[in-house]
Amino acid sequence: SLGNRVRLHLKGKKKKERMDLLYCLSGHPTLPCNVLKFKSTTIMLDCGLDMTSTLNFLPLPLVQSPRLSNLPGWSLKDGNAFLDKELKECSGHVFVDSVPEFCLPETELIDLSTVDVILISNYHCMMALPYITEHTGFTGTVYATEPTVQIGRLLMEELVNFIERVPKAQSASLWKNKDIQRLLPSPLKDAVEVSTWRRCYTMQEVNSALSKIQLVGYSQKIELFGAVQVTPLSSGYALGSSNWIIQSHYEKVSYVSGSSLLTTHPQPMDQASLKNSDVLVLTGLTQIPTANPDGMVGEFCSNLALTVRNGGNVLVPCYPSGVIYDLLECLYQYIDSAGLSSVPLYFISPVANSSLEFSQIFAEWLCHNKQSKVYLPEPPFPHAELIQTNKLKHYPSIHGDFSNDFRQPCVVFTGHPSLRFGDVVHFMELWGKSSLNTVIFTEPDFSYLEALAPYQPLAMKCIYCPIDTRLNFIQVSKLLKEVQPLHVVCPEQYTQPPPAQSHRMDLMIDCQPPAMSYRRAEVLALPFKRRYEKIEIMPELADSLVPMEIKPGISLATVSAVLHTKDNKHLLQPPPRPAQPTSGKKRKRVSDDVPDCKVLKPLLSGSIPVEQFVQTLEKHGFSDIKVEDTAKGHIVLLQEAETLIQIEEDSTHIICDNDEMLRVRLRDLVLKFLQKF
Amino acid sequence: MPEIRVTPLGAGQDVGRSCILVSIAGKNVMLDCGMHMGFNDDRRFPDFSYITQNGRLTDFLDCVIISHFHLDHCGALPYFSEMVGYDGPIYMTHPTQAICPILLEDYRKIAVDKKGEANFFTSQMIKDCMKKVVAVHLHQTVQVDDELEIKAYYAGHVLGAAMFQIKVGSESVVYTGDYNMTPDRHLGAAWIDKCRPNLLITESTYATTIRDSKRCRERDFLKKVHETVERGGKVLIPVFALGRAQELCILLETFWERMNLKVPIYFSTGLTEKANHYYKLFIPWTNQKIRKTFVQRNMFEFKHIKAFDRWGWGASAALTPHPVVFATPGMLHAGQSLQIFRKWAGNEKNMVIMPGYCVQGTVGHKILSGQRKLEMEGRQVLEVKMQVEYMSFSAHADAKGIMQLVGQAEPESVLLVHGEAKKMEFLKQKIEQELRVSCYMPANGETVTLPTSPSIPVGISLGLLKREMAQGLLPDAKKPRLLHGTLIMKDSNFRLVSSEQALKELGLAEHQLRFTCRVHLHDTRKEQETALRVYSHLKSILKDHCVQHLPDGSVTVESILIQAAAPSEDPGTKVLLVSWTYQDEELGSFLTSLLKKGRQLTQPPPLPSPSWTDLGLHFRTVGAVGEQTLQVPSLGTEALCHVPAQAAVSS
Repeated sequence: SLGNRVRLHLKGKKKKERMDLLYCLSGHPTLPCNVLKFKSTTIMLDCGLDMTSTLNFLPLPLVQSPRLSNLPGWSLKDGNAFLDKELKECSGHVFVDSVPEFCLPETELIDLSTVDVILISNYHCMMALPYITEHTGFTGTVYATEPTVQIGRLLMEELVNFIERVPKAQSASLWKNKDIQRLLPSPLKDAVEVSTWRRCYTMQEVNSALSKIQLVGYSQKIELFGAVQVTPLSSGYALGSSNWIIQSHYEKVSYVSGSSLLTTHPQPMDQASLKNSDVLVLTGLTQIPTANPDGMVGEFCSNLALTVRNGGNVLVPCYPSGVIYDLLECLYQYIDSAGLSSVPLYFISPVANSSLEFSQIFAEWLCHNKQSKVYLPEPPFPHAELIQTNKLKHYPSIHGDFSNDFRQPCVVFTGHPSLRFGDVVHFMELWGKSSLNTVIFTEPDFSYLEALAPYQPLAMKCIYCPIDTRLNFIQVSKLLKEVQPLHVVCPEQYTQPPPAQSHRMDLMIDCQPPAMSYRRAEVLALPFKRRYEKIEIMPELADSLVPMEIKPGISLATVSAVLHTKDNKHLLQPPPRPAQPTSGKKRKRVSDDVPDCKVLKPLLSGSIPVEQFVQTLEKHGFSDIKVEDTAKGHIVLLQEAETLIQIEEDSTHIICDNDEMLRVRLRDLVLKFLQKF
Repeated sequence: MPEIRVTPLGAGQDVGRSCILVSIAGKNVMLDCGMHMGFNDDRRFPDFSYITQNGRLTDFLDCVIISHFHLDHCGALPYFSEMVGYDGPIYMTHPTQAICPILLEDYRKIAVDKKGEANFFTSQMIKDCMKKVVAVHLHQTVQVDDELEIKAYYAGHVLGAAMFQIKVGSESVVYTGDYNMTPDRHLGAAWIDKCRPNLLITESTYATTIRDSKRCRERDFLKKVHETVERGGKVLIPVFALGRAQELCILLETFWERMNLKVPIYFSTGLTEKANHYYKLFIPWTNQKIRKTFVQRNMFEFKHIKAFDRWGWGASAALTPHPVVFATPGMLHAGQSLQIFRKWAGNEKNMVIMPGYCVQGTVGHKILSGQRKLEMEGRQVLEVKMQVEYMSFSAHADAKGIMQLVGQAEPESVLLVHGEAKKMEFLKQKIEQELRVSCYMPANGETVTLPTSPSIPVGISLGLLKREMAQGLLPDAKKPRLLHGTLIMKDSNFRLVSSEQALKELGLAEHQLRFTCRVHLHDTRKEQETALRVYSHLKSILKDHCVQHLPDGSVTVESILIQAAAPSEDPGTKVLLVSWTYQDEELGSFLTSLLKKGRQLTQPPPLPSPSWTDLGLHFRTVGAVGEQTLQVPSLGTEALCHVPAQAAVSS
């Protein structure tokens, strides 16, 4: 059961009611989904959808493909062919012949209907949103920036369009049976969490999910139930991408997800605001820590030029937003000097036009250079000029206008980078057989070898230029030194070198104290030392306080006040005036709605100098005073009053007859020498 | 007493030259820095010498905020920052930052090149001034310094227009700038949350007007344009490049499309075309509809409206039979609109539509006030035969809108600016009567002072808070509870902790003050028996208390210790020693009086009066707050041996 899989990292602490917990729902470090229980709020941090699961499926061809539709069914070693409808052999691998499915975040670790808010950090990290908001009883609010929502919508729209365009009757499920999965060849055998795999959502679900989003701006302070404040900060990775600060008055959690320090098109990362965090949750680092994005862009351009000059076509599998803007900008500068200005650039996606248009209207979310272009006013991205001069053309799909305009050799940007659906499938089939053509992988989310598997053998050249601008380990280490969080929490993948480069000790997070790591379906207790809470003192009460300087620079005031707690906010009001005691000891019954408001006796501190005390007694009419020394202090005897007062360093004891007047008089004289707290 | 002070340097009971000084919690903020259209002398700019006679303004102002790009809100900015001298931050939204310098340059050109003014700010000064600008996003909390923060809200008056919240601690002021509460053809409606500022400073241009529906005005406008064109006339619409021009263009464009009209509409180039670009690039600042459809159709890319350049207009416009032309400037005081006006004025078929307010002295103002013979330069007289129409398209909130905004923000007080005194007076009464909010309308140079009473945020130790909350476990958790603690003030760090913790932190020891009272009883029994009687006596009446009989023979009531002793030679007298600490004083002294009353212990004491319950409640509270462990010293021997013998006897 799930319960057994949950390792509670409570590290010697007793579980307390108000402990801050982090529920880790995704095993993918760059597509995170965590739930933070902080103070009395439940906050989901990102909603990433792991799409690498689709690599196990056969591609969805846009045009009937004889090759893909006549694949042999797969059978067990003993010849049992009961799975041959679901599994097909293709290029020496076994694939699921079914509507592709995605690996969802864990939905059973925590009751997701209790999630109050979802914070989205960038458009890549919200792809699982419809699954969460539409199918878990979620009733809260989602917060994201405007570019994140607009571009996120485009990514979802494209995904839905790609899948729905090629209807597939079959939804395979037999192979997912645990006993059967064991018998399958790799990588199917090793596929994880297959029971959570789901088919794509519909546009209706997307729209409904997006309608739950409330737009926010960078550095906007959003109050949650009076207890917690959340604030998005620029993360420098993509248009509108954000890190989040989640804080109360005395605790601060920084959620860092998909951040970049490189100067590409987005507004630079806000690092300063991450300072003084108690806990910094670190996700979304570069997936290719060994590749330098600048070098990759150079390689991209030179390989592109080489292919085109030789009369070949270039295929760039990509997402419809993000790095493509930077690539187009590079090509804008490069094609003229490389003599390629006559080579057409095609951008094919159902959302190509929208993506290009949207990129131009988010001036406020762009880096300074691009912002100042808007002030001229000119479009911030040069792809506007590429379009104007007909060098870049965009189409919703290969059908329609594109087939008329299509000229070769050319460069085609199209999705999906998994090569399992979208127009890219068509170009792989079309161009794969010629060695003149090149496919250049720039998106880092999918292993290019796995992506290519169902297309083998291929004659076309394959170039791997992953461009991942997110933080690398050197940058992380600098960042952590800069912002000095008390504790770092990160996916377990970041606390050890990548499996393929186990000797590279530099490819992991190195910090003190060591980072707390999590994996899918784990719950971490966050190490907060909570000691203070904010409370407001009402002005009338503040006026009545009498501060007393105890030490230089330190003043004290005793406070007796009525505590009000409402909406997680605490307020101190002056106590109501004590009711006048009626005759004798009889008092009015305290009615239920009036607080018990008698003035409480403070603690005392200080010591009583005997000589001065005796002088004071004499001054107040006591005579016949005798002082005896004892081991620890003195005894003052008031013989006439039949009273003795034991005085020691830290205590005074008045022993007298039952004479209240006398007792009170003596008390007041003693109190003169003491400080009240 | 903390207070908020507001002094308008401009826009106090007036429209134009908006400039309002606000002092809040020791911070000084200047809201807008505008020029006055109606003046050409010193009065066109606010009198900054009010802020300081000598010394740089930077030392007296923490920041300057510009609400939108209209010159009556930003026209004095380069003069203020570069000629008077201010180097602090100037905040405005991105679109305002983009458009503001263009309008300032335009203004400078007209003043210097056309009117030949000397000692005006230069182009370089505009550039230098704009370098001091910090752009803000909507809803972003901008930390001006550690204490002062500002936040922009959408105002919907022109592209990039914003309202600003200025906040220090728990005190805040909202300045609306100019705003519009109903969405128009290109912008959305102003919006603010229930931020409950101490003061809302609002414009009041249309303080007394409840405007007819915008649709009616739009229909009227379209009808007039259409009729003129139908009968073969030409239509001139003088506009300012930004703002209303775009709204009217969208209006005509959609109308032309719907009616399938072929008559060309022209737009003078230069500024206006550029202006459309700003609208295209700042789509997120426009209204919902435009934002939703801009990919399919950018509303600011007009199909029917063509640009023509300054010199070629004659060629293109003359060739077409009866065009509609938008031209700048809006008041017909110079430039292209005036040039076209002169050509078309003589034909009664033609029409000029003035869509906004015209300042006295301009051709626009003259023809609107009915003048039909205009003296032009060179003693020429221009006879105006064309029809002259006025249509108000200003995007200000009307009285209803202003009341609506006040209702949204829920301020403690309202202060009116940017309106005429008489109209303000009316609105002031309305606000005070209908919303029960005090309202002010200072004239320029007049200061309004509002006392504030901010609450003071301090940190309370969780231990103390939880202890109090735990006591709130009483069924009624909402019931307010009494809290006792010590406030430690060190620099600006205020912490409220339990008294014990305060002592501990300061390295001080607690001084325990204890009382022991002797109560003499007539009782011939043995001490142990006396104690037992006392015990059962107290047990029977103090039902809500923990009354215990300890093995050593002593009796406790909560933390109060009672021992019986036989002190003297008189066997018929016993002494009860009742001992308690200062913190338990009330219960202690109450017990002694109770025991004193029951000296004989023969009669059952009177039934507990209701005060017992009170006392019980109280006692629990005291015990919990004190929370120290009871360290009751042994009383008997030491205490007794020091009591003089005769004293015990004598009582």
